Amino acid sequence: MSQKEKKEIDDRFKKFGTVSFTSLTKVNDFIDYLEKGKVMGTRCQDCGQVFFPPRADCYKCLSSKIEWFEVSGKGKLLTYSQLKYAPVGFENDLPYSIAVLDYGDYKIFGRIAGSVPEEEIKLGMEMKTVVHTLPNGQLNYVFEKA
Amino acid sequence: MGKVAIIGVGQSSFVRGYPGSIRELAYEGFKEALEDAQISVSDIDASIICSAPEYDKQRSPSGVFAEYLGLVPQPTCYLESLCSSTSMGLRMAYSLVKSGLHEVVAVLGFQKMSEISSAESQERMGRGADIQWESPFGTMMPAYYAMFARAHMEKYGTTLEDMALVRVKSATYGQINEKALFRKPVAAENFSDPNHFMSGPVSSPLRVGDCCANADGSSCLIVASEKKVKGMSKKPAWILGLGAASASVNMSGRDLFTGLAVARQAADQAYKMAGVNPKDIDVAEVHDCFTVSEILAYEDLGFAKPGEGKELVRNKETYKEGRIPVNVDGGLLSKGHPIGATGGSQIRTIVLELRGDAGEMQVKNPEIGLVHNIGGVGLYGTVTILGR
Repeated sequence: MSQKEKKEIDDRFKKFGTVSFTSLTKVNDFIDYLEKGKVMGTRCQDCGQVFFPPRADCYKCLSSKIEWFEVSGKGKLLTYSQLKYAPVGFENDLPYSIAVLDYGDYKIFGRIAGSVPEEEIKLGMEMKTVVHTLPNGQLNYVFEKA
Repeated sequence: MGKVAIIGVGQSSFVRGYPGSIRELAYEGFKEALEDAQISVSDIDASIICSAPEYDKQRSPSGVFAEYLGLVPQPTCYLESLCSSTSMGLRMAYSLVKSGLHEVVAVLGFQKMSEISSAESQERMGRGADIQWESPFGTMMPAYYAMFARAHMEKYGTTLEDMALVRVKSATYGQINEKALFRKPVAAENFSDPNHFMSGPVSSPLRVGDCCANADGSSCLIVASEKKVKGMSKKPAWILGLGAASASVNMSGRDLFTGLAVARQAADQAYKMAGVNPKDIDVAEVHDCFTVSEILAYEDLGFAKPGEGKELVRNKETYKEGRIPVNVDGGLLSKGHPIGATGGSQIRTIVLELRGDAGEMQVKNPEIGLVHNIGGVGLYGTVTILGR
């Protein structure tokens, strides 16, 4: 009885966000780290360039030797907007805010935690990035007050 | 190498729910451009078809259009840079003509957005951003531009009332543009009236009235070499300056949230190539996909210093009679924004202005005009300077 060998597909990235639009990436370990409660970026081992979002390849020195680092400490809120209307697939999340945090060496685009009321959001405030499990079981990260 | 000119411009009316197919929609802008240039289809050596993908089902629309418009067997290709597709098409046409490869090139932009719902359309536009790292958060165009509006308000004291004034100006001219989608007057008070649709929330701080509407439309530009212009056209609009730039698609790669870096870079290039400065511009079309975008454009183009864009609209300096008239055709806010057709429509307006053919929208005797056309959230930027 011959059985065709089934190729394992590493589609871990389909767990990212309310709706994920891609499942295959070389930085799939990002999802494993999220499951362990860690938000991670990557660093080029050859030139030291830091990347967030994480990437598998360095455009500066064309090296693909990357290592993971944990996003830690506080970032400064650069700007945000609260959506009152959502694209298809995101209606159940409303209202939610998208935002950019500045960590100095890198910036992070993401959502502000639903637990932070809009009236308490001020540009320049310090926030931290934490892993969040969505009601549908998917994973993302959100910004909370530091 | 000789100069390069635009010798014909055309556009369809911008509408909701165009009752025909995309090839028929494209025909409308194309026919008007050919009639405007007073040439026949056999005079065209090549065509560039521009749109943003996934609003209709046709893959590779260039072949279908070339067949329908009688542009075979000449070469044709498809080009996209989201909302700036036709301006990028003009840039490519310029290089095809300037190089001597072709003498006359048609740039045809189109978009039929009404085949899908508004929420589906926002989802597609959201996927014009980074689908791996941004779209899973539920992004859409108004939310991105709202982040720029917020940052500008915080740093420079620009207000929601200033943004409403941009819409009021836009509506002033939308009413006189027979090809515009939105042709009703708008008052600043509409934005503070909770019962008026203009004040409805979309993505804080932007409201319904701050956003342009999806539309169906087509536009066409006929680009020709100096040699051909002599026999063909009495009123060419010469391409004096072209600038184009790109930026990090993911917002995490941006340094600037109070302006669009691509617009600043493209403007610098275009001014330099044309040998002019912002003070020399007599009439401009800017990419007002949102009210705040027009204020950012004033500053990025050097019509106002950073932070002072609001003064231009407060003092009515960008009205038709003002120091630097901007979007006197109603802009995207009034015309509607059929993505791939928008740049061509903006360029058409400036060409008509330079010729003195803009009718009720005509500003007084302009010699140099500018077009600012942005793709995505400041992802792609083009600035085009035209002269008589």
